[in-house]
Amino acid sequence: MTATALAPAPSPLRGRRPLGVAVAGAFLALVVLAAVFAPLLAPYAPDAIDLSASLVGTGGEHLLGTDSSGQDLLSRALHGARTSLIAPVLLLAVAAVLGISLGVLAAWRGGWVDALVSRLTDVMYAFPGLLFTVLIIAVFGAGMTTSVLALGLAFTPTIAKYTRSLALSEARKPYVDAYRVLGMGGARICALHVVPNLGRAVLGYLVVLFGEALMSLATLSYLGFGAQPPSSDWGLMVQEGQAAVVQGALLPAMVPGTAIALVVVSFNVVGVWAADRLGSR
Amino acid sequence: MTLLSRTARRLAGLLATLFAASFVIFAAVYAAPGDPAVFLAGGRDKLTPERLASVRAQYHLDEPLVVQYGRWLWDCVHLDLGRSFKYSDQVADLVAARFPTTLQLVAYATLLFVVLGVGAGVLAAVKRSTWVDSLVVGGTTLAASVPSFVAAIALVSLFGVQLGWFPVTGSGEGFGGTLRHLTLPALSLALGALAIISRVTRQAMADAAASDHVEAARASGVPERDIIRRHVLRNALGPIVTMCGLVMAGMLAGTVVVETAFGISGIGSLLVGAINTHDFPVAQAVLLLMVTGYIAVTTLVDLVHPLLDPRVKGATT
Amino acid sequence: MTLLDIADLTVRIPGAARPVLDTVTLTVRPGEVVGLVGESGSGKSTTAKAAIGLLPPGATATGQVRFAGADVLGLTGERLRAHRAGPVGMVHQDPRAALNPVRRIGDFLTERGATRARAAELLAAVGLSEPERRLRQRPHELSGGMLQRVVIAGALAAEPRLLLADEATSALDVTTQAEILALLRDLRATRDLGLLLITHDLHLAAAYCDRVYVMYAGRVVEERTAKALFATPAHPYTRGLLSCSPTLRTSTVGAPVPLTPIPGRPPSLADAFAGCPFVARCPVAETACETWPPEPKALPDGGTTSCRVLPVEASRT
Repeated sequence: MTATALAPAPSPLRGRRPLGVAVAGAFLALVVLAAVFAPLLAPYAPDAIDLSASLVGTGGEHLLGTDSSGQDLLSRALHGARTSLIAPVLLLAVAAVLGISLGVLAAWRGGWVDALVSRLTDVMYAFPGLLFTVLIIAVFGAGMTTSVLALGLAFTPTIAKYTRSLALSEARKPYVDAYRVLGMGGARICALHVVPNLGRAVLGYLVVLFGEALMSLATLSYLGFGAQPPSSDWGLMVQEGQAAVVQGALLPAMVPGTAIALVVVSFNVVGVWAADRLGSR
Repeated sequence: MTLLSRTARRLAGLLATLFAASFVIFAAVYAAPGDPAVFLAGGRDKLTPERLASVRAQYHLDEPLVVQYGRWLWDCVHLDLGRSFKYSDQVADLVAARFPTTLQLVAYATLLFVVLGVGAGVLAAVKRSTWVDSLVVGGTTLAASVPSFVAAIALVSLFGVQLGWFPVTGSGEGFGGTLRHLTLPALSLALGALAIISRVTRQAMADAAASDHVEAARASGVPERDIIRRHVLRNALGPIVTMCGLVMAGMLAGTVVVETAFGISGIGSLLVGAINTHDFPVAQAVLLLMVTGYIAVTTLVDLVHPLLDPRVKGATT
Repeated sequence: MTLLDIADLTVRIPGAARPVLDTVTLTVRPGEVVGLVGESGSGKSTTAKAAIGLLPPGATATGQVRFAGADVLGLTGERLRAHRAGPVGMVHQDPRAALNPVRRIGDFLTERGATRARAAELLAAVGLSEPERRLRQRPHELSGGMLQRVVIAGALAAEPRLLLADEATSALDVTTQAEILALLRDLRATRDLGLLLITHDLHLAAAYCDRVYVMYAGRVVEERTAKALFATPAHPYTRGLLSCSPTLRTSTVGAPVPLTPIPGRPPSLADAFAGCPFVARCPVAETACETWPPEPKALPDGGTTSCRVLPVEASRT
């Protein structure tokens, strides 16, 4: 072994990034298009039940087979892409609004406001994984709206913490003092200058979080806490298809399951690249 | 700062966080729409006035919030977690009956992710910039993107249904049975963790390998195997052990999904069942247990960390 | 017989405009103290490391490196490791970086082939008190000077015949420097070691060594006995080095010798040269120097220098 064997080197994915990112990006673009044109593309209505065609395999009249009630899996997956992609965007929007406000507020005001925000953050971090969301759902009941809002709240501390660190260095820049001298109020400076200047970096961070947001929502739907029947949300489809797995029919669970995994992995690949380019790291 | 005062500070922090988190879990009742007593009793269905009165008495709902919280916490500390409306049983008994299974699952998954995750990370670090490294990094990128319930179903369909190597549901009897029944669940639970740990290991080893003393050892003709083991891996242990501890602590929450996917009756599936049947006292108890476990383990990890680095230990004693 | 014999060694790395080392020739005989002097980036460390077959990552080498008659550059795997572990010992610049902070002093020595008892003897031999206790200590408990003694003990563990001291005293304070240098000299005498002292301090080298090589931009520009070098430095670069460090000597008129820094900056690996690399900073350069490929010219006292305008200039100092 030579001296170079353990020399520090960047991740091997980095070198191949353009190809990997291109493939992942193209796949995501396809998924988004499929979601937009789902009604045109889907060969069947997503909720069309045909008990005579229960658990049909691939090929034939149903390209990706059917579930136990004979619903066409391709059609369901295409329609499901809509909820499965829009819901994470919404939850990240909620988290971004709350997180950026809290983060900038904490950094700008400092003192007890900062301390309070960081204590609140600590309390939420005391709940591992999805437990904070689960607590909210236990209180307010299952449903997609509750899930999106609850997860939005659960993602808030992460974004607040990230924004706070950026805003702290931004607030020390000379232009802030310049506007103060001109008599501009703190809220105005934040809204018109500080937040837009952080925008790029925070956006990159949100792209990185997208995969996790999608996974979290799918998990909630799988547990029965999120999307409710007859929705074609991918997480819910996996739950509904699970029973058929034991009978040897993999498609009802694996079609949506694979869709989740592929979209998340693509987003993670694209996310790291985007975060680098937007200067989020 | 001495080791003692450091420990005292950490324990004080642990208590403060525990109080805050338990208060959130307790006070959540008041956030629920409608009468907290009705909510705690599991909704208006089949609700008798006697039942409602007993819930009010159990939770001291007529007293100020702080007193209620204090009494509830006092009861929790004495393992009196209230009664489950749905199961008509003491919540403490329900949890106690299921907790061992969950612990076994977490322990098994921890064993898997530590051995496989650290192993893969070491392999990637040693075979840096070769196809082995790319395979590990690519594999873990994928593994980190598969939600545990999808992994669960994929594993069940391959090893349970197609190959028939492992049972597809339940938690099994005896050591061998438990091991067989818990292998696939533990693997699904460990998959995401494995990805994190192998990356942390790979990075920590790369950082450690860049140290001058590693090149000095190499220049002195110390065998490569010893350099990897006694210099690189040994010095990378700090971040690796810390991360393993944190990930293990977070796994209690992961059991919620995996136990549901495999129909294992542990506290994770108990929590899901409790929420779906509006059995809030049970949900409260499980959440409290999981959060307490999580905070306790993370604090422990934080306290153990300096023991791995003699520089810190030397400076603090 | 020659201990270390480097002949016409040229080392290239990808991405550099010129070779890191360009036709370097250097010898060390048993019991001889040889100095290797130059600014950082001049290639002196690369030259020393070539003696243990340690080239920069991705480097290709032509020429010869022989140790006791045996080829070093051709060694691979176990034989290369044995060469590094055996007849050549290396003492590094920063002892604190050369030792693994989390392991004990005893581990450092036993790893380099010493038994426990011999490790204690070695520590005593390099002048450390309470060797038994030192063996159980960790690097952060010792001072820099003590650590450098430990590193020297480590280099001696395998009974080497040649010691490479790479800026071995630069990181130490002045009194400790003197102690370490005295120790190295003693060890050389008692064990008949060859000693290659790499330093940027020409005065130190001239005072301490038997022979001195001066390197510039990857080339040896002058090779002289220490006495001759100090008295009649031949190459303009050597003269520049001597006059840009403060001395207590006075000039012939009684005033202190003025400090005259060498103009310009040391060349980087991105700078390529058609002729003499020093031409841009040389006070006596002529147009022809820009295209004159440097080659060593013999001086009357037995040394060599690679300067086109010399030896006419040499007498004028």
